Amino acid sequence: MTLIDLANPTRFLALTTRVLPWLAAATVILLAIGLYQSALAPDDYQQGATVKIMFIHVPNAWLSMFVWGVMSIASLGTLVWRHPLADVAAKAAAPIGAAFTFLALLTGSLWGRPMWGTYWEWDARLTSVLILFLMYLGLMALWRAVEDPSRAARAAAVLTLVGAINLPIIKFSVDWWNTLHQPASVMRMGGSSLDKSFLIPLLVMAIAFTLLFVTLHLAAMRNEILRRRVRSLQMMQASRIAFSSEMGAGSRHDNASKEIGAA
Amino acid sequence: MTALSALIRRDIRIALRVGGGALIGVLFFLTVVVLMPFAVGPDLALLSRLGPAILWLGALLASLLTLDRLFMADHEDGSLDLITMSRTPLELACAAKALAHWLAAGLPLIVATPVLGLLLNLDMVATGAVALTLLAGTPALTFTGMIGAALAVTLHRGGLLMAVLVLPLSIPVLIFGVAASQAVIVGPMSFGAPFSILCALSLVSLVIGPFAAAASLRHGLD
Amino acid sequence: MTMSLGPYASFIVTSYAAAALVVAILIGWIVLDYRSQTRHLRELDRSGITRRSGRSAMDRP
Repeated sequence: MTLIDLANPTRFLALTTRVLPWLAAATVILLAIGLYQSALAPDDYQQGATVKIMFIHVPNAWLSMFVWGVMSIASLGTLVWRHPLADVAAKAAAPIGAAFTFLALLTGSLWGRPMWGTYWEWDARLTSVLILFLMYLGLMALWRAVEDPSRAARAAAVLTLVGAINLPIIKFSVDWWNTLHQPASVMRMGGSSLDKSFLIPLLVMAIAFTLLFVTLHLAAMRNEILRRRVRSLQMMQASRIAFSSEMGAGSRHDNASKEIGAA
Repeated sequence: MTALSALIRRDIRIALRVGGGALIGVLFFLTVVVLMPFAVGPDLALLSRLGPAILWLGALLASLLTLDRLFMADHEDGSLDLITMSRTPLELACAAKALAHWLAAGLPLIVATPVLGLLLNLDMVATGAVALTLLAGTPALTFTGMIGAALAVTLHRGGLLMAVLVLPLSIPVLIFGVAASQAVIVGPMSFGAPFSILCALSLVSLVIGPFAAAASLRHGLD
Repeated sequence: MTMSLGPYASFIVTSYAAAALVVAILIGWIVLDYRSQTRHLRELDRSGITRRSGRSAMDRP
């Protein structure tokens, strides 16, 4: 199965149908292992049991950026290499990435309440992720604003790439802005070198969520291909009806002109 | 070169006409600044603390408002197609249009800043600092906003979508613009660092903006 | 699984529950969308439309 084969939508659909059950199974297994390990993880010295939120929060935060990276590569595929399935990949990834970003924000907020005493904190990381979430929503709006999927694809591709350039800039700016305004408290994750008892569940959950993304993404791509097929078939059907009604209308036109003439 | 200068002159002339939108931007700027005390309260001390932020926010929103028409008017009367098809590279044409827009719509905002600074109880130094940062930062706003305008040009109700697309891109400019102004007013932080980053953002947008806008136009107008 | 989740247990549970809910919504949307598209394709196939390549709408790979 070379990359060229993947360019053919029908073959791609065949591939997904074969691969999806395995991916789904692997995702479920890894999620189960990860959840089990998270439950068994010890309490943090400072944070207590709330450190368990990290096992959901960090993978989602990581994925929110990873998905934008995937969309950026897909956008390059659309603009530079004109790969037929690139825009399908980009469009399918956006809602999934937005959902992960939302989860990162929500769990970050729920983690923050015990830690900082407030649900929202204009911390550099939370703020950058919030802006990323806004960008996801803007991108999804752009996809749906243009009727023709392939034209929408090109506009969305440009926006995705501009956003990719802008994300490091935003992170840096917000970091600067944050140090300028001296946050009320500084978030500690137990240090940058995580203890193994935290690191392993975290990595397992990260891999599990990544597999989840791949599974959902392939399934969503399949849906998008089918949706485009439906659209083109519906257009064919509509033109067929219009054509046949034109043929039938020919005689009706004569009658109409006769009536007008009579009147 | 003459094609580009003709484009710039044409755009400026159109923008400065009554329906052109350049001076409307200043009016909107004034409106936003006037509305702020109604929301925040007439406490002059508070207003002068918020002053740079209010001015920057007003300038950001005002330039967003006028960016909508950067390509829309040309698209409607067909001249955008002519520009796309002409021999001058589309990137340079986009840069020229953005420059014209900044001259016609951005500069008046900067000129209006000292007057509005008075309304917000800002002293000369503060107002000067804000005006200087606006001078350095509004090109960034215009050139990145142009990307959103180009993306939205083929959409009929594109205006609001364009604002949503452009705002995340303008956040760094806003952050550093206000940081630089505050550095002059409040003090311990240096002015130079955020100001040079602001200039850097503008310079980068001078390059990326036209390329991204041209790509959007090319793909969107097929 | 009895473990003490400490004084902030509700936050931990809400986080995991929210994650489960969002993932469930994603899966649900994808599954429903798939069913909707295949239903449309079946209806189009029944009305005799073929794709440009001549293959039927319900081309089951």
